[in-house]
This record gives sequence, C-alpha cells and structure tokens, in this order.
Amino acid sequence: MTASIPVSERVVAAIDQGTTSTRCLLFTRSGRMVAVAQREHRQFFPSPGRAEHDADEIWRAVTRVVPAALRRAGLGPENVAALGIANQRETTVIWNRHTGIPLARAITWQDTRTDAIVADLAGDAGLYSRVSGLGPATYFAGPRLQWLLDHVPGARAGAERGDVLFGTMESWLIWKLTGGPDGGVHVSDVTNASRTMLMDLRTLEWSPRLCAALRVPEAMLPRIVPNAQVYGTCTGLLPGVPVAGALGDQQAALVGQTCFAPGEAKCTYGTGAFLLKNTGSRIAGSEHGLIPTVGYLFGDRPVYALEGSIAVTGSLVRWFRDALGMISTAARIETLAMSVPDNGGCYVVPAFSGLYAPHWYPDARGVIVGLTSYIHRGHLARAVLEATAWQTREVLDAMNADSGLPVTGLRVDGGMTANHLLMQCVADVLDLTVERPLGSEAVSLGAAYAAGLAVGYWPDPEVLRRNWHRAAAWEPAMDPKRRAREHDNWRRAVERSTGWARAEP
Amino acid sequence: MARQIQSVERAAALLRLLGGAGRPLALAELAAALDLPRPTAHGILRTLREEGLVAQEPTGGRYLLGDALDQLGTPWDRHDLRARAMNWADALAAGTGCAVYLGVPADDGRGVDLVHHVFRPDGSPQRLRTNTVQPLHATAWGACLLAFAPASVRAPERLERYTRRTVTDPGDLARELTATRRRGWAADPGWWEPGAGGLAVPVRSGGGLTVAALGVGAPVEQLFSGDGRARPDPLVELAAAAAEIAAGVEGLA
Repeated sequence: MTASIPVSERVVAAIDQGTTSTRCLLFTRSGRMVAVAQREHRQFFPSPGRAEHDADEIWRAVTRVVPAALRRAGLGPENVAALGIANQRETTVIWNRHTGIPLARAITWQDTRTDAIVADLAGDAGLYSRVSGLGPATYFAGPRLQWLLDHVPGARAGAERGDVLFGTMESWLIWKLTGGPDGGVHVSDVTNASRTMLMDLRTLEWSPRLCAALRVPEAMLPRIVPNAQVYGTCTGLLPGVPVAGALGDQQAALVGQTCFAPGEAKCTYGTGAFLLKNTGSRIAGSEHGLIPTVGYLFGDRPVYALEGSIAVTGSLVRWFRDALGMISTAARIETLAMSVPDNGGCYVVPAFSGLYAPHWYPDARGVIVGLTSYIHRGHLARAVLEATAWQTREVLDAMNADSGLPVTGLRVDGGMTANHLLMQCVADVLDLTVERPLGSEAVSLGAAYAAGLAVGYWPDPEVLRRNWHRAAAWEPAMDPKRRAREHDNWRRAVERSTGWARAEP
Repeated sequence: MARQIQSVERAAALLRLLGGAGRPLALAELAAALDLPRPTAHGILRTLREEGLVAQEPTGGRYLLGDALDQLGTPWDRHDLRARAMNWADALAAGTGCAVYLGVPADDGRGVDLVHHVFRPDGSPQRLRTNTVQPLHATAWGACLLAFAPASVRAPERLERYTRRTVTDPGDLARELTATRRRGWAADPGWWEPGAGGLAVPVRSGGGLTVAALGVGAPVEQLFSGDGRARPDPLVELAAAAAEIAAGVEGLA
C-alpha cells in the first residue's frame, strides 16, 4: 500500500516482527501509514509441542522488507527519522557474539518443551510471581533459556565465558541492526524483559535470585532499556538512522491505541485475544491469574499494565471453517450468524486445551450445549462469535476485580474487528462502548510512536492522542435482563466444560 | 434465428465435459472429444481458467471445474467484501478526511445496503450505519448502483423527497444516471441530508461486473466547489481505493 507524500517529509519506520511474518511499515507525523512490505518466514515443528524459528532467516527478512517499504514510498534512508521494533514476545534465541551465528533455532512462544522444567519450578512459584510478577509457565522465556543452556552443545560454557548472548527477538534485531559482531548493541526493552521470569518487576533489573534459580549466567543477558531511547545507530541497513524504540507486540498495541491513562484498555483480536489495561504506577496483583506486566517505560517512570489473554478466539472461527466446513471464509461467519436473530439457546465453550484466565481449569474441554432439533448452522455461528464476547467479559470482570479502577471503554484492533456483528456483541455483553481506531496497525504504530518520541519527532505522548481517530464505535444495546440471563447461561455452559479430560492410564 | 456465437458454445461444451467426467481431463482428451484443434481448445480453457470457471491441476496440468462455478448462483458475500475493503476504506478516510461507505444492492433490490462504514476522522459524534438501507435515488452510493448495476437494483416508481435538492422527477434522474455513467462516478450534492454530500464510484470485478459502490461522505462544501463541481482530489483517491478493493475481490473465487 502506498500513498504519495512529499520527498522532503520524514517518516518513522516500524519493524513488526511477528510469529508468521516480518513487516516494515512507514508512518508520517499524523500517524498515517504510507507504505508496508512483508515477508513470511518458515515455521519449524520438529516434534509435537516444539515450535521454532530461524533467527537468521528473520534477520534476512528484515533486510528485505525495510528497503522494500522505502522503495514503495519513494523514500530513502535520509527520510527516516527513527526506527522502532515491535515483536512476538517470549521467543528465545542465543547466539555467538563474535560470529553473530545463532547456536540453535529460536524457540517460539508456542513451544511447550519446557513443561518438565516448569513443573519442577512449581515449589518456588511464590518466588517467581513475587519478584517477576509471573508464575512459572511454559509461555515465558526464562525456562526456554535454561533448556537451551542445558541442551545446546557449548551453550552454557560459552555463556559463562561471555561468548554467547541471549535475547528475545527485539534484542537480536537491535544487535544485528547496530553492527552485530562489530559493536552491536546488546539490549532488551523492559516490556520484553518483563516476560522472561528473570526480571524484577519493581526495579526493572535482572533479578540475581531468579537468574541463579534458573541457572542463567548474567554475562549473557542484555542490558534492560526503556522503550523510547536511542539504543544505537543502524550500520548497513538504513545507515545513520537511530534505533530508538522497542516493545513487545501487545504492549506496542497499548501504546499504538494511546491507552496512556490508568483504566484505559485495549483488546487485540487475532488467533487469540490479548486484553491489556493501563494500571498506571501500580503493579496490580492478580487473584485470577491475570499477568501484571510493564506497559511501557518512557523516561524513568514505568507505567504498568494488567494483561489477560484468551487462548481461542479467531482460531475458533478457523476451526468452524476448516474442521467443520460450515463456512468457506472466516468473514462469512457473520453472514451465517445474521441468518438467525439469536443463538437459539446454544452455547459453545472453546476450552480446546483447558480454560485459561480467569478460570484455570486444565481439565476442561470444549463443549457445545443447548442442542435441540431447532438448532442449525446459523445458531452455531452465533454461539461461536458469542464465545469470544463472553470470554472477553470474563477477563474484563477479573481485571476490574483485581485492579480497582474499572475499565470504562474498550479500544479494539486486530483482524476480527472486521466482524461488526462480533464487535456489537462485545459491546452488548460488556455493557461498554467498543471503539475501533482508523488504521488497524496498532502494534506497528506503537513501535513507531516509541521511536519517534525518543528522537523528538513527536514531543510527548499526549500529542499522539490527537492521531487517534475513531473509525467505528459500537454502543451497548442489549436489554439488561437479557444480558443477565445470557451471562448466566454462559456460566452454566462453562461449568459443563470442566472436569472432562483425564490423564491417560 | 440469430446466429450462435461459436466460442461460447464451445466453452459451454467444455464445461459440460469437465462436469460429467468425474476426473480431471487432459487438453488432448478435451480437444479430441469436441473435435477441436488443440490451440483452439487451449485458448478457451485459458480464458475460462482466468475467470475461475476452470481449474488446472498443479502437477500434470489436467483440467477440472473451477471454484467460481459454485458462486454463479450466489451473490458476492458482503462480509468477504468488507474484510477485503477494510484497510483501503480506512486509508481512504484518512486521505480524504471523509466518512467512507461501501454499499451493495439490498436483498429486494430497492435500496443500497451499507456493508461498511468508516467514521469521518474529525472527532465529531457519529453513529455506525452498517446494515442500514438507504434510498437509491437520493444517495451517491445508491445512484452509483442504479447507474452501474442496473440489473441488481430497481428505482422506486415514486421518488421520495428528502431535501429540497432531492431529484424527484424520473426524467431528471435518468439524465443524472446517464451523466454518472459517462463520467464514471456518482455525486450527491445534498439529496439525502441537508448540507451532507457524497461521491461514489463502482467497485468492479473482472469482466466489468459492479459488485458494490464505494463512497465518501462529508459536508457538501468539502466535496463540491462553490459552482457545484465535484472537487478532483477525493475522486482520485476514491478511484484508487476502488481499484485496490476490486483487485482484492478478484481473489475471492
């Protein structure tokens, strides 16, 4: 996508390093995207539960998409005021600092090979959650790093000698961009670092206790840096351009959606959904398994966030399409759902691998309840969409219970916001206004904002609010009695999903 | 009896053959069955393939019926259309400062049904108009469908008046539609809501079929100059966005 802009205009470049592809997007001062280039990379699934990426391949993708985006906009490196990065979180890579070669494939956030390590940590769960805010889970980077150190030949000895470096994807890319073996800057931004189980959520430094507990040599760890700061200067690619911002993708979306005040919240609807609420200077403890995390750090005062994730949202629609063959494209679920006025009494609970926040029932499995001879495909389509809305409601209710300050409106982004029936349903069950901003690139925009703030391209976060334009708003229109009845039905459906899975004999 | 068009007859025969075979067929088999020279059969098959009516095996290159045949009896899915249009509609709203509407013929053909709506990015209070039906003769997107998709919509016998500018005389409307077809875009200089104007262009799939009308809406003076002429900039952006959406719709076999 391109739009003509004057050649004298400066832009901010964002690299969005995602799970399936790497993109470069260029933004103007008004937050308008003027070009995008994208390149996919391979997914390696060497055995069940393992998911890997080739970090070198991802770097090569960066070297392709950045020039391609500039070409499309008719701009050169001299037009780029700064470069920011948003990345898939928790994906873990180790590499040799002298050669720049990764010692193994990067282990991605979907990989569950660390389940045995994590089970062993259960006894110290209190320590991890007290210091890092995170209870041990295969989701986070620290146990993955331990696995690499214990299984990759030469990794531990190299790390102890200071020859082997650790990073999440933003660390790896910043190091490569700023020269690699020739003076590359080895840093990790505070939002990515907050997802390792190694960082102290209060001091924003690596915790010596947690590093010792996970047997991670501190010599291999990057320096933790704020989200908006000139980390270094690009060498080969975009020579002279400051690398000035980095954020994990969900925190980047929080910034891109300009949720800068406590209580402001965003939800990104994709394969799964991620709801983040700004909790200001307060670290919200969670009774319900939501995750306290760093929202962003501009300057020296961190803004914290509470994060709740929903495992199955867009992937439920994909299952409805591919496994059940009910629809030929994901968008047509709306057409099918609109063929009926309501769910006909039918509810789908997509507990495909247990129920996560706020229930945490690992033995739950998916159910469809309320089937009668009256139910047809249209009702199922409605129930599939409503499952995403009710799961959002559960996470939001838990968030409001945990962090006091109630959410008063929800800003949404991601592919599922194309579904207006779903967005109306979310507004109806939350009893809140749901708003979509113009331009669906909240993640990349957040990375650009961080980088632009660091170099003074934008003077302060408040200015960025003026770039946020409402593209659509869905107002709650459900009768309160009906909402209460439907909520009760949903809760009863959830109860019926629990206790199903049993350990294999 | 009028003379039959030979290539259309041959295309129909090829489709019947492929449909009846129950297995993919090679070019040689198809040409032989219809007693056609191979280059002739190949030319027809290539055209059918480009229209999605015929598909070709990735290996071996034998022919079979294409996915687009399933679609013949059903109109474009409006939500596919919205999903494909969303990014371009956002860019159009950002570029023009106008609200963006994507309209398709209503089920009964008696109105324009809005499948997508992007707010005007000026912070003013606005209400989402997705799934509302508006009059054909009094909106730019409606007039665009009347002009470019006449088989899918029907103008009402009595043209209701909404503002003092609404075209209510059938002869005037016919002249307006002729002008719309000639210049390639429809204009509403305040027919529907006083002071609110619209411009719209057709979104055409391959072969020229109009599947939707893409429009921008804004205060009349933002879209039209003092002498009533449409300003060129929004029209340029509209045409570019419609072309991009049409390219995306092409992939929707």
